[in-house]
Amino acid sequence: MRHHRVLRIISKLLIPFIMLFALYVQFHGDFGPGGGFQAGVIFASAFILYGLIFGLENVRKVAPPAVVTRLIAAGVLLYAGTGYAGLFGGGNFLDYSVLRADPVAGQHLGIMVIEFGVGTTVAATMITIFFLFAGRDR
Amino acid sequence: MSGLIGDLLAHLPALQVVVPLAAAPLCLLAGRAGLAWIIAFTAAVAATATAAALAYLTFHNGTISYHMGGWAPPWGIEYVVDTANALILLLVSAIATVVLAFCPASVAREIRPGSQHLFYCMFILCLTGLLGIAVTGDAFNVFVFLEISSLSSYALIAMGGHRKALTAAFQYLIMGTIGATFFLIGVGLLYMMTGTLNMADLQARIPAIQDSRPVAAAMAFITVGLALKAALFPLHLWLPNAYASAPSAVSAFIAATATKVSLYVLLRFTFTIFGANFAFLNLPLHWVLLVLAVIAMFAGSFSAIFQRDVKRMLAYSSIAQIGYITLAISLASSAGISAALIHIFNHGLMKAALFCAMGCIFYRIGSTRIEHFAGLGRQMPWTMTAIVAAGLSLLGVPLTAGFISKWYLVQAALQADLWWLVILIAASSLLALVYVWRLVEAMYFKAPPAGREDVGEAPLSMLLPTLLLAGLNIYFGLDTRLPVAMAESAAALLLRGQM
Repeated sequence: MRHHRVLRIISKLLIPFIMLFALYVQFHGDFGPGGGFQAGVIFASAFILYGLIFGLENVRKVAPPAVVTRLIAAGVLLYAGTGYAGLFGGGNFLDYSVLRADPVAGQHLGIMVIEFGVGTTVAATMITIFFLFAGRDR
Repeated sequence: MSGLIGDLLAHLPALQVVVPLAAAPLCLLAGRAGLAWIIAFTAAVAATATAAALAYLTFHNGTISYHMGGWAPPWGIEYVVDTANALILLLVSAIATVVLAFCPASVAREIRPGSQHLFYCMFILCLTGLLGIAVTGDAFNVFVFLEISSLSSYALIAMGGHRKALTAAFQYLIMGTIGATFFLIGVGLLYMMTGTLNMADLQARIPAIQDSRPVAAAMAFITVGLALKAALFPLHLWLPNAYASAPSAVSAFIAATATKVSLYVLLRFTFTIFGANFAFLNLPLHWVLLVLAVIAMFAGSFSAIFQRDVKRMLAYSSIAQIGYITLAISLASSAGISAALIHIFNHGLMKAALFCAMGCIFYRIGSTRIEHFAGLGRQMPWTMTAIVAAGLSLLGVPLTAGFISKWYLVQAALQADLWWLVILIAASSLLALVYVWRLVEAMYFKAPPAGREDVGEAPLSMLLPTLLLAGLNIYFGLDTRLPVAMAESAAALLLRGQM
């Protein structure tokens, strides 16, 4: 892709905005359409675009496969951990109301953390799938 | 302190699922096989303790309901544990624990060193899914957990050593996805008609609209989807390849639990949600299930006789045994449901013992083909004892768990005045005798081939779980209180206010 100057420059311009849009979808998910799953896919697409244009080696330097694999687990743990926090707060599993003194604030915090866990796992999984398919011939 | 224990008891239905769920990512983070095994095994032991406590509580105090996230049903997701699913939870988590105890040596032999921790991650995730299917009282939640258990079992099967494991896993993936999709279409139709996904709420709303076509279509879609997942004839084609190609420990776990959990869901949807009157009086479900079950009993056993790979033979035998369970369900009586649940429990024990024994043999001779079994009776006497004990149980010989199953099945058939079924059950058991005898003949009446004189017994860490499972087949043939009492209580609950 070294000679495709247009592709390289345009994707370099686009990638920060893709990531920003992903973060918007992530953190605006509890007010409007969106949420962790969609945000994770969009965030991962920034890495996948970078990988397609600048090569697998470069994207592996930015997102080392070992770290990405651990992020898959970290997202699930964040989700489960929030659930357990509800238990320790005296509510049922995944009861966000007890996370804060004010139940409404607790619900806000809970869904935010849960969705961030979902987003982390989805993004890391998408990147891992890309690594696996792109690295097949080596 | 009692306050803490009381708190713990109140959250048991959630902990049943979320302890293994949290263990799965920890296994991935552990990165090393030994550490991952410790995490997985601890979670499985905790799940078994939880299931035992739930079984005790539901049997003595009645049904337990848990509101996930504090949201009241029917809006929130409700977990409901009664004696029917408590028995399934106990079977699934206990088998998982014993098979995990069997795992380290077997996995070290069969799985690539770099991905052994992934194996444990997938194993415990599969356990999470199966437990979740059983524990939930929400129809859509069943689908979510069905996918968790299915996706992880595809990955587990693909970890089998041969290239064939990849095609087997892919075949299972296609068939399993079709089954799950059919199930989801059925649940979607029910949601369209009733506006609810909570099982108890569905039960209350369906009678008013049960003459409508979408409800009948929902029943058909759900039954076909679950029959695919349960490998009921003629939807069983994925099963032999999957069981034969999977790593030994995976065959033992999945053969003993996965299809059984699908049959439990079939029981739950047929009797609790749709109701026996709708399924068996408005629609002819009993004839559909009865005919397919009888064909499965004979086709499965008959195919098993001609298999050269013993794991594949046991897989075909599973298809026949699923026929017995479905036959018991099709009788639509209290005795029939009890017989089905008892056989779900006992057959889990038989197949877990037999597939673990196959794992022991594969560990020593690197094959499970029947021609390589020659002379193993003297070289691996304890493994062979386990095979014989579980094999006798499979046949239904008195003093084994299998006899108890057949006894209740025959009684249920006689109660329904279907005496000819008794003849068919006996005839198909004779077919089972043929394939079990082939094994015994190869093991005890042939000399080991040249160059294999030095084969010894499998390591103790594999042998003890195998013998424990085989011993349980004898134990539950003598002391039938646990499965029978739970199953009879469950049958009464499933048929409450019906027929």
